[in-house]
Amino acid sequence: MSSIFFIILRRMRAPLIVLIVIYAVSVLGLTLVPGVDANGQPAPALSFFHAFYFISYTATTIGFGEIPNAFSDAQRLWVTVSIYLTVIGWSYSIVTLLALLQDKAFQNVLVVGRFARRVRHLQEPFYLVCGCGETGALVCRTLDEMNVRFVVVESREERVQELDLEDFKTDVPALAADAMSSRILELAGLRHPQCVGVLALTNDDNANLAIAIATRLLNPQLTVLARAENAATVDNMVSFGTHHIINPFERFAEYLGLAIEAPHTLRLLEWVTGLPGSQMPVPHRPPAGAWVVCGNGRFAKPVVRELADHQFRVTVITPDASEPVEPPLQRVVGSGVRADTLQSAGIVEAVGLVAGTDNDVNNLSIAVTAKGLNPDLFVILRQNRVLNSPLFEAFSAQFTMVSSRIIAHESLATIITPLLATFLGEVRKHPDDWAATACARMEGMFGNEVPQVWTVAINAAEAPALSDHLARGHAEISVLLRDFQGNDEPLEALPLMLVRQARHSLFPADNMPLQCGDVLLFAGRGHARDEQRTALVNANVLAYLLTGREGSGGWLWQRFERWRGR
Amino acid sequence: MNLEKVVFAFFILLAATLNFGFFIGDIANPELHSVYELFAAIVVSMIATVLKFGDRTQIGAIHLATSLVADLQLIAAALTWAIAVHVTGVGMTAHVTSSVVSLSGGALFANIVSVVILIIETVMLRR
Repeated sequence: MSSIFFIILRRMRAPLIVLIVIYAVSVLGLTLVPGVDANGQPAPALSFFHAFYFISYTATTIGFGEIPNAFSDAQRLWVTVSIYLTVIGWSYSIVTLLALLQDKAFQNVLVVGRFARRVRHLQEPFYLVCGCGETGALVCRTLDEMNVRFVVVESREERVQELDLEDFKTDVPALAADAMSSRILELAGLRHPQCVGVLALTNDDNANLAIAIATRLLNPQLTVLARAENAATVDNMVSFGTHHIINPFERFAEYLGLAIEAPHTLRLLEWVTGLPGSQMPVPHRPPAGAWVVCGNGRFAKPVVRELADHQFRVTVITPDASEPVEPPLQRVVGSGVRADTLQSAGIVEAVGLVAGTDNDVNNLSIAVTAKGLNPDLFVILRQNRVLNSPLFEAFSAQFTMVSSRIIAHESLATIITPLLATFLGEVRKHPDDWAATACARMEGMFGNEVPQVWTVAINAAEAPALSDHLARGHAEISVLLRDFQGNDEPLEALPLMLVRQARHSLFPADNMPLQCGDVLLFAGRGHARDEQRTALVNANVLAYLLTGREGSGGWLWQRFERWRGR
Repeated sequence: MNLEKVVFAFFILLAATLNFGFFIGDIANPELHSVYELFAAIVVSMIATVLKFGDRTQIGAIHLATSLVADLQLIAAALTWAIAVHVTGVGMTAHVTSSVVSLSGGALFANIVSVVILIIETVMLRR
């Protein structure tokens, strides 16, 4: 704010001085030029007071006339000069002020100042989202749906304007600026006491790296989640301890590997990391046999590696003949969009196809051509732009890889419920049959809709009623799974994991006793989460859930009940 | 030599000297205090104030503050004069004159502080 004030003062110096001088000259002249009285006799000139009064209303073009007496001709001559002088002075001032308001630099100062003020006044915990392209927008929308506050820094002006048009529930401070600058990051709340995490989601690896390192240095307590698409960037980020690094291509290849060897584990991951409220995809298992992969970029390489690891015969179609190919792989040089290239890669005998170039139209064209040659193909498509979703949905491949969606799911899941990362790690250690049973339970409870996942910590701050009760009595997990509003029907919630003193129990039984200090991970519907929260903080609701009787709130009634119970 | 510095110092000094010229003389005698001099002091003091706008340094802030004090005192003096002569019609009695002159004396003090700061600033400069 003060910088804006100083800029105005500095720019207005010249016009103000001109104005003061013009006023001074005009007023002084009027006090020197002789006047005339009602009888036409010479009279003394105006006093300073009257001269200043007259110039004030004349200069501002109010023009009351000749006050206090009619002027002499000499006075009129001087007033004519003064009128032109003052009009010039005022026009100069106003034009300078308008030019200042139009000035791009000045407007930028105004916008940045307003943004910084809004960030400073945030009272709730918030995340700093850097980069609001397709991925960032998806993350922002979901954060908003979950009532989590966030601040956006995005380099493109028009994306920020689009954000303003989005119908967010909360007020979202957004700034069009380069997030690689640490000053901008600080303005956006990097050192704000309520800032809980930074999401570096720009589509530029360098920018994400800069954001991650700035956060590491300026506010090391913050959780940092960064998107990285090159192996070098990932290594770099690991070296200074970035908490979560998401490489969408590696992650997709990992999912593909899971789909081949442990489809149920993959399904369980999809259950807990999907966007709440969305539909679960139809499960598919990539068949063993010969595969054709089009493209040789960041996407195709990990996929080829994963397929080759599972002893699939892979033929790569790539326009670039210079890159070396290791022996089990076969290569056809050319473009996959042509039928003859596909045929020479053996598409007719193949069981699967990966269309993984960085051009959406080419990917679709490859897939359509290949399907025409071999209708039973298992197709994996890479989708680069969210805008093309209708086309990809119409084709309905078995797997469609959208990197912005992978990043969004992953970042939301890890940032909103940090315990989920632990859970996912534990799940990967279990055999596929175990995951199959777990999936069956999820399906039984939630049908085909992805549930919310949340954490419940049994401690005095987050669960005052329950921890108070546990200090004296006994409670089981089941107490958190009953609906106190309905007729004690079970809540649509499933305990996924219980953490007690660094020991993890997956899918704990309902009759497991709770202890103070436990942390639970639940999957369930939104209303179940709300009811659970009430039971955790409201002693009366908890008493009803534990005993089946309505608790009484008042001190007198509690004494009475205790006396009666004796 | 920097023209900006010349203009800056010129106006600060001129404001102080004009103020001094108005202030000097028997405090109760209106004949010794010309209203034209008061007018000139006000105008120059205001120009000096505007010249000090926009300097973000600590010393710039004090400069601006002294000028604002001088303006305030001089305008108060001018108002006293205008009210006595035009509003109440008392005229320049010894009482009115002494209050106008003492107000300008306050402004003079502020202007002297301004000049002192200017000198200190110059002395501290090692170029």
